Amino acid sequence: MRLVIPLAITFVAGMIMILQFFVPATQSVGESLQEWYMIVASAAIFLGAINLLNVHVHKIRFKAPNWKYSPVTIAGFSVMIITGIFFGIEPGKPFDYMFTQMMVPMGATMFSLLAFFVASAAFRAFRASNWRATLLLLSAFIVMLGRVPIGGMISPKIPLISEWIMQVPNLAGQRAVMIGAAMGMVATSLRMIFGIERSYLGGAD
Amino acid sequence: MVKMLFVLPLLIFASVTFAQCVGCPEEELDVGCESSEPCGDCFIQSLVAEDASNDAGGGIDLSWTIAVDVAIPDSMVLERLDSGGVWSPITTLQPADGRKTDSGLENGQQYSYRIVPFYGGIAEPASEAVSAVPSKQWIHTGRIWMLVILTLISIVVFYFIEQGKRGKELYIRRIAGLTAVEDAVGRATEMGRPVLYIPGIMDMDDIQTIASMVILGRVAMKTAEYGSPLLVPTCRSVVMSVAQEIVKESYIQVGRPDAYKRESINYITDDQFGYAAGVDGIMVRQKPAAIFMLGTFYAESLILAETGRSVGAIQIAGTAMPSQIPFFIAACDYTLIGEELFAASAYLSKEPKLLGSLRGQDMAKLFFMVIIVIGVLSATLGEAWAPAMKVADFLKQITSVE
Repeated sequence: MRLVIPLAITFVAGMIMILQFFVPATQSVGESLQEWYMIVASAAIFLGAINLLNVHVHKIRFKAPNWKYSPVTIAGFSVMIITGIFFGIEPGKPFDYMFTQMMVPMGATMFSLLAFFVASAAFRAFRASNWRATLLLLSAFIVMLGRVPIGGMISPKIPLISEWIMQVPNLAGQRAVMIGAAMGMVATSLRMIFGIERSYLGGAD
Repeated sequence: MVKMLFVLPLLIFASVTFAQCVGCPEEELDVGCESSEPCGDCFIQSLVAEDASNDAGGGIDLSWTIAVDVAIPDSMVLERLDSGGVWSPITTLQPADGRKTDSGLENGQQYSYRIVPFYGGIAEPASEAVSAVPSKQWIHTGRIWMLVILTLISIVVFYFIEQGKRGKELYIRRIAGLTAVEDAVGRATEMGRPVLYIPGIMDMDDIQTIASMVILGRVAMKTAEYGSPLLVPTCRSVVMSVAQEIVKESYIQVGRPDAYKRESINYITDDQFGYAAGVDGIMVRQKPAAIFMLGTFYAESLILAETGRSVGAIQIAGTAMPSQIPFFIAACDYTLIGEELFAASAYLSKEPKLLGSLRGQDMAKLFFMVIIVIGVLSATLGEAWAPAMKVADFLKQITSVE
């Protein structure tokens, strides 16, 4: 019973979602299922919040390694919640101010780190250690050169070659990945819907 | 100037008509202002109403053609005849729209429409009134071929699952990234450091996250066997709940329920870069010996992978996001590309029926490879020989989805 009920729910929900894709008349059932998921996901936000508090309170209580960061997390979490509940989240309110003046710049800071990481990753990836890496290096060099004005100034063919590399070999590779992934998605879905893959239930037969 | 001479009498005529209509009662307005005949010098030449195709009902598609030799109206109002026999405006249209779908209607009931063009805020005679009855469809005609192909793929997958169950030996190619899972967990055990598992940043309604959760179960069995701590920071609450259950089940299955620590699988934040910052912090502070990044990743992929590399962890990544795969290849030791992510669970389990589904998946891919080769050849030959182009068109039709 412990296995049958989850497997039956998975089968019914999966079949409904497939059916509503091919039978427009049943779309409302699929939409209802998606709404149910949204309700469950919304309720689960509280689980996440409780877990966050639990983990950090536990760290402070037992003086776990690096516990000094936990009060900062709890303080940030509490201030955002309190200001949001008591003052609202409209523009001009404390919550909105903290979001736009603190959260957004901190997110942008993390995102900007990407530029440095791209440089370090490119340095490793483009080392001409063998013929394939050399080919990659050359392709990347042409693509980068073709995307800046100086490329076209050196030769008008460079932007064209750059575009060809992106639109033909690169796109073909991307499509191959997508087709393979789509087949994987179909097979995974079939395994889950028909209960062939049940490791997520403990793997019992 | 010439335009002005043309528009001015039109405006005068429209003003007179409008004034007459304003002056008459509603019923008279309805009858007197409706243009029941196709209008020769009207902007709207032909208005067509039909039941919206491939929908769950409640929709009517309206399309119209415009006169090229008539001045373009400033705006147009789409009107619907309500139950009281009065034309009610339902939306404003732009002259160049060409089509509009009216939705939220009752199935089986007839609805009538007309379009009223406005010049300088003055209504011109309306287009011919047209009617249609909305209804729901039982089969999506644009997806029939997809249904056929999906059925064929399913048959092939089930055939090979059956073959696997019967014990037939199926060749599955070696996937280096998955072979390295055991080594990675073993390394973490030897070094006395934790294993970090990152399930991507999407929720449980994403198939890659589902695949990642199944792999997490397998990895958790290994960490339970080896006695390595397992950390799973999540970006979504639902993913956290599912991960906790899956890891718990895995620990119970290998007989180590005592080693399971619920707080090791924790929620960080829904914010993409907040999550990246949190996980980076875990990497730098706890210095995991093995990092798994399996699931859906976006711009944070390289931030995570490069930080993981900087702490000296062995990294196994996998995603079906084509734009993130190069970053993982550059920064990680092993990368599962696209389909390999979905094959991972079956590969790690080595269960014959799951391996059979992998074989079926490969056969389905072969089918599409054949279709692509035939399509490319026939499209190329079709430039010189028309029947070949018909084959290309047919293949394009059966592989396109609305």
